[in-house]
Amino acid sequence: MRVRVLKAGLATTVQDGGRFGCAHLGISPCGAADLLSLRIANLLVGNGEYAAALEMTLLGPALEFERSATVALAGAACDCKVGQYRVPQNAAVEVPAGAVLQCGSTTDGARAYVAIRGGIEVPMVMGSAATDLRGEFGGVEGRRLREGDVLNLGARANGRPRRLRSGALGELRKAGPIRVTRGAQGDWFDDDEYAKFLASLYVVSEKADRAGLRLQGEAIAPRERRQLLTDGIPLGAVQVPQDEQPIVLFVDQQTTGGYPKIANVIAADMHRLGQLRPRDAVGFAEVTMPEAVRALREQEQWLKEIWLEA
Amino acid sequence: MEMIAASDSSLLVTLGEAMSRETTAAVLRLFRALQARGDERIRNLHPGYVSLLVDFDPRVTGHKEMGALVTSLVSADFVGADTEARMVEIPVCYGGEFGPDVADVAVHAGMAEEEVVRLHSEALYDVCFLGFTGGFAYLGGMPPELSMPRLATPRHRVEAGSVGIAGGQTGIYPSVTPGGWRLIGRTPLRIFDAKAARPTRVLPGDRVRFVTIKRAEYERLAVRG
Repeated sequence: MRVRVLKAGLATTVQDGGRFGCAHLGISPCGAADLLSLRIANLLVGNGEYAAALEMTLLGPALEFERSATVALAGAACDCKVGQYRVPQNAAVEVPAGAVLQCGSTTDGARAYVAIRGGIEVPMVMGSAATDLRGEFGGVEGRRLREGDVLNLGARANGRPRRLRSGALGELRKAGPIRVTRGAQGDWFDDDEYAKFLASLYVVSEKADRAGLRLQGEAIAPRERRQLLTDGIPLGAVQVPQDEQPIVLFVDQQTTGGYPKIANVIAADMHRLGQLRPRDAVGFAEVTMPEAVRALREQEQWLKEIWLEA
Repeated sequence: MEMIAASDSSLLVTLGEAMSRETTAAVLRLFRALQARGDERIRNLHPGYVSLLVDFDPRVTGHKEMGALVTSLVSADFVGADTEARMVEIPVCYGGEFGPDVADVAVHAGMAEEEVVRLHSEALYDVCFLGFTGGFAYLGGMPPELSMPRLATPRHRVEAGSVGIAGGQTGIYPSVTPGGWRLIGRTPLRIFDAKAARPTRVLPGDRVRFVTIKRAEYERLAVRG
């Protein structure tokens, strides 16, 4: 069973739960920028939650299905159609043989996910199907999809398609500041400077991609200019380079770096980074480490409870 | 040793204040001891010059548990001594089309181009760690006379295998990228191949020597890949 890419969309890639265990070789995790939505899309069609699916950015692809398939769309709202029929989001739908799934623009976020029952079959590289755009490997030849690409589907479904409780995903579109904990070099910044960072609203710049979101707004400066000995960068680190404009690093981020990290986005809010678009406003709020851990535990519990009983 | 929670999913273990061969070796011992455990709670290990970032799955473990694990390994002297460093020879064709900045480096250092090549290829380098991008090695041990700041304007495209100098560092570009390093030569070897069983030519803790080769030898090795 194959799927033909008739239109590629703006930046459509194959992604999964990410590539771990290779940071010491300089290899970043990659994987879905909004992992929570990828997991929901996969669970809807009965795949393993971290199975390989398509991540679309701002403008989605057009996909022709050789045979009928069970498909689910999750993530940012996106106008998707088969013929003149609108495809509902966050639900498993049957796409008939020969039909074309037309994905439009995302409206309330940057990224949407198309999971197909069985998962997308690409060669595994270092244990993952995720596309590494900087390294040019993984996914389909390490690049964004192109018109004419043909995707093979796997036989990796391990459950039955599921349904969500109505209104279950309201939680996901929660507005408000992105929650952070103090960063590895948080003490390089005076309390006043840190408070300024937390009190400011930033704008996501046009130079935002899966490796990092450059922000524009209030300048943040460390107490003194000193050289940081290059060290490891945690996922979601907020680093402050010499131009004093913070950068939030994520999924495709470099594994080590030399700029001080003032704060770090908490794991429970990492998926929200993947939904930020250029020109979106974003603010940050500090939480304690126990609060961060509790938020993640609650999110994992929530993900178990959003389904209708089979 | 100092341990701090760098995020809710990671612990930054710092083993020294200043860059030194001893501290980098201690970081590598801890890295290897942790790696050898194959602990499923640990997702990634990022060695740096003086620190190791332990990235873990916060759903199944936390800073306390990881801290206790690190402390036990450090106090147990990281299971023995340093392993013998592997020596990796990297053939480099210096100058010419492959090293467009070698003349500038020579002027900056106040020496002849041949001297730049001699100093660079006679030194013995330590792979302190890999980072930034797939297969990029942070090498320690460049003769300080060769230090030179990056280009003011980075090049749009630097070929894979290019050998460059940036400040007091030297390194090899593992893949084609934009870059601001002063290029002095190029190796025909593939430094990074994601699909190979061993994706990177060097590993943290290896020792590296650059071996000068002529253009003909470069072409011969490049064909072999």
